[in-house]
Amino acid sequence: MAKIIAGISSSHVPAIGAAIDNKQTEEPYWKRVFAGFEKSKQWMAEAKPDVVIAIYNDHASAFSVEMIPTFALGTAAEFPPADEGWGPRPVPVVKGHPELASHIATSVILDGFDLTIVNKMEVDHGLTVPLNLVFGSPKEWPCPVIPLAVNVVQYPPPTGQRCYDLGKAIRRAVDSFPQDLNVVIFGTGGMSHQISGPRAGLINQKFDKAFLDGLTKNPKALARMPHIEYMREAGAEGIEMVMWLVMRGALDEKVKELYRFYTVPASNTAVGHIILQNGVGAKKAAKKAAPKKKAKARKAA
Amino acid sequence: MAKAKQENEYEDIPGTFVFNADRSRQGYGINMFCMSLMKDANRKAFKANEAEYLKQYPLTPEQTDAILKRDYNRMLELGGNIYFTAKLGATDGHSFRHLAAVMTGSTQEDYAAMMLAGGRSVEGNRSKSGKYDKPARKAAAKKTAAKGTAKSAKKSKKSSKKRK
Repeated sequence: MAKIIAGISSSHVPAIGAAIDNKQTEEPYWKRVFAGFEKSKQWMAEAKPDVVIAIYNDHASAFSVEMIPTFALGTAAEFPPADEGWGPRPVPVVKGHPELASHIATSVILDGFDLTIVNKMEVDHGLTVPLNLVFGSPKEWPCPVIPLAVNVVQYPPPTGQRCYDLGKAIRRAVDSFPQDLNVVIFGTGGMSHQISGPRAGLINQKFDKAFLDGLTKNPKALARMPHIEYMREAGAEGIEMVMWLVMRGALDEKVKELYRFYTVPASNTAVGHIILQNGVGAKKAAKKAAPKKKAKARKAA
Repeated sequence: MAKAKQENEYEDIPGTFVFNADRSRQGYGINMFCMSLMKDANRKAFKANEAEYLKQYPLTPEQTDAILKRDYNRMLELGGNIYFTAKLGATDGHSFRHLAAVMTGSTQEDYAAMMLAGGRSVEGNRSKSGKYDKPARKAAAKKTAAKGTAKSAKKSKKSSKKRK
């Protein structure tokens, strides 16, 4: 059976992609950012996932204002990098996993999530920058990637609770896929930033750190945070962080935080990154459950 | 009327034009015009005769004026979205920092320096009316990492008093 082994979240700042493409990663400004992902690259190289499910948002690349799907799942075999105005990024074509993607679509729709299914889609920096951050710049991405685009451009994006619950539905879908696959799920975007209007440049480190804490320890409460709080505290575009809750919903309630990195700024944005190991609670729960049974048995005796 | 209340709430955020369904409808012409600039031939046609090129799109005189004047805040106010209007900036050969400086009424150097120093503080930037000057802390901070967060909140109160 397929299983989700970990969740990763990361910002997807376009300037990070530009720094990679223009070979500026050794410059002090950028070195500070990339150094924070060295451990993650090692972790990914060891974890060797069979499939990545990447929750991200499109930035007026694949979707304009002609069509605004709230959740769009990519079921295609390939997703070429989009031309965002400077030519497509020189990154590999993203190869999908149509079988698992179709299974997820079927499963979550029957579970109550009316997804849009996309068989032709270009992917922009929102997806490819996080891949670079944890996989580096290989000739081919090391595994298939299933993109799930979330509308966070036109208000309102889906609520945090809806995102969290979609994560749970994705989890059920993955768990019921008959092939043995190790899956890592990415939540991308954020952290605090505003790039529009006179308040542009807003950063709120206190909010971000509390969000990271909540993501690990208390995701149920975090999922209840209303949109207004993201926008006021973390910037108009900081609302992207709801996408992290899809990732979190796909993990057990108890997870192990393997790694965290936070730095300000990358361009206009606070960069946050976290790796959460899944499946750690289950062992503990099993251990806890075992003595109880014994106790009951004793009582009965 | 919870929904209406929430809409009023985000209009209270200073310096922010939330791209909601109404703005999206009003600004459809602005955003579709910006989207057309993804193609090189269109960029050239626009640059050759801007006013003429804009006639292809359903724009009000105010919207056309804002585009021709590169008034990025006005474009947002009239329904433009930043991910779209950024394409106009790119067509002009400007970096995003240029746009940020225009929108914030700053110089590029000052804007960059502000970002390096940790960005624009949320303190004093939460609410036009002053009703929401303090963080709500409903979900994220309060219930998690309880002790650590509470301590740091106290510290920040002290330090903000000192500043006053």
